[in-house]
Amino acid sequence: MIMSLRALAAKPAAFLAPAAVMLAAVTVYPILYVLWLSLQRHSLIAGPASFVGFDNFARLIGDGRFWNALANTVYFTALSVAGELMLGLVIALLLAHAFRGYGTMRAITLLPWAIPTVVAARMWEWMYNGDFGVINYLLGTDVNWLGSPVWAIHAAIAMDIWKSTPFVALLLLAGRLAIATDLYQAARLDGAGPWALFRYVTLPLLRPLIFIVLIFRTIDAFRVFDAIYVLTGGGPANTTETVSIYAYKVLFQGLEFGYGSALAAAVFVCVAAITAVYVWLLRRSLA
Amino acid sequence: MKRLGFYAGLILVAGYCLAPVLWQLITSLRPAPELTALPPLLPSRVTAEHYAAVFAGHPFGRIILNSLIVSAGATLIALGFGSATAFALAKLRAKGQAVILGIVLATSMFPPIATVSPLYIVVNALGLRDTLIALVIVYAGLALPLAVWVLTNFMRQVPDELYAAARVDGATPLQAFYRVMLPLSAPGLVATGLLVFILSWNEFLYALTFTATTRSRTIPVGIALFPGLHEIPWGEIAAASLVVTLPIVLLVLLFQRRIVEGLTAGAVKG
Repeated sequence: MIMSLRALAAKPAAFLAPAAVMLAAVTVYPILYVLWLSLQRHSLIAGPASFVGFDNFARLIGDGRFWNALANTVYFTALSVAGELMLGLVIALLLAHAFRGYGTMRAITLLPWAIPTVVAARMWEWMYNGDFGVINYLLGTDVNWLGSPVWAIHAAIAMDIWKSTPFVALLLLAGRLAIATDLYQAARLDGAGPWALFRYVTLPLLRPLIFIVLIFRTIDAFRVFDAIYVLTGGGPANTTETVSIYAYKVLFQGLEFGYGSALAAAVFVCVAAITAVYVWLLRRSLA
Repeated sequence: MKRLGFYAGLILVAGYCLAPVLWQLITSLRPAPELTALPPLLPSRVTAEHYAAVFAGHPFGRIILNSLIVSAGATLIALGFGSATAFALAKLRAKGQAVILGIVLATSMFPPIATVSPLYIVVNALGLRDTLIALVIVYAGLALPLAVWVLTNFMRQVPDELYAAARVDGATPLQAFYRVMLPLSAPGLVATGLLVFILSWNEFLYALTFTATTRSRTIPVGIALFPGLHEIPWGEIAAASLVVTLPIVLLVLLFQRRIVEGLTAGAVKG
């Protein structure tokens, strides 16, 4: 009665084609084009483009502002992702208990994730305000958070942690709830306390998912643009300028599409390298 | 005692997630002179003046409409193209499935800053600068990897027998797709649609570079470039922020289960 799917297989190409064309046009072609642009002197204001080989990358190697932006990006990414993972894990384990109002609680947790980053940044910008900000009021301090070279990047990190922890928490919560309860019962019969349950049951079983969450979050944090653009625009004194922000300024304020594309390509290369390292680590830990 | 600590923890988490939004709500209702006075935390009276100013002084209604059109358009296209691809991968036994899914996933990792300058050149060359259609196409393309990934997971859960039965009864693959597979994957379509809509509603970098006037400006651009004559109009920004957050809050409250399903469909099982 039931024929094999293979016998019924129609031409899948027709179903794949629309998405393939769209992905090619909107993501694959632009990535190849940006690599091509990065090999050119291409300014929107100064004459026609010309091929200059790796000149833009030589300039990039010697550009202190690029290295500063890269260091800021790495710092931002490391602290944000570490904070989000720890806080997200705590929230996930808390919500994993059965309680009334679970749905409402999950919706509340989802809220920061769903709010547009630009809007969230505006909310935090107002709370960080040096003169009338509620954070100074609650802490009893008098700090111009976003105007201070020391505090500004940390203020941006705190905002990113607030915005992105829900994503981490809800993914880890789903993973935690997928762990069979008899595993916990068996471990408890063997005399395991709460810490041992976490250390020897929850954590090992969550590890693959933690890796996936780390990949998503690291890549996302490394590309950070919206939050910094609104909060500080890269200032004060470039202490919060990330590579994406620097590239944006070169591209759309300086209208230097050649060098700006080299900076943008650098973000792409870093993201690809980060992904490769994570995948390698994941493979190794599963083996 | 342990129960007490648990509820204290829940309240702490809820407070952390809600506090910035609540503070923005209080700010939006605070009379202008009191914006620069703290304490008191709560305003002496509640006012709607900032809300009125947002809609009277700015083309904010138009900006919201732009965002609605762009997000809805991108969602429809991503769902249409994405479900067709997911169908081919889950049921048509397309060759090289793992490779296709791998490529799709890889494209989703491309940093927006790396694709924005070429797309800007293309959009300009096609005369699509400052149009909604440019944003619709780009957002649909950006959301496609997510749509393909999540929908493939959902369609794999539809039993093969149901598809095979439709074919045996004489349905063409296309008919089997839209008469059988699409209705059966409705929960997946809802989950995916919500994610794509929210992503499009929130996108900023492309909107910032492709738009020039209120003809095509979307909400994030409107909020980021909120005009201030002499000083930043905090009350109006707060009011505008809340107005544009409200649809998202409603979606989250109504569909939180579906949204979480969509978010976790790829990661937990894959």
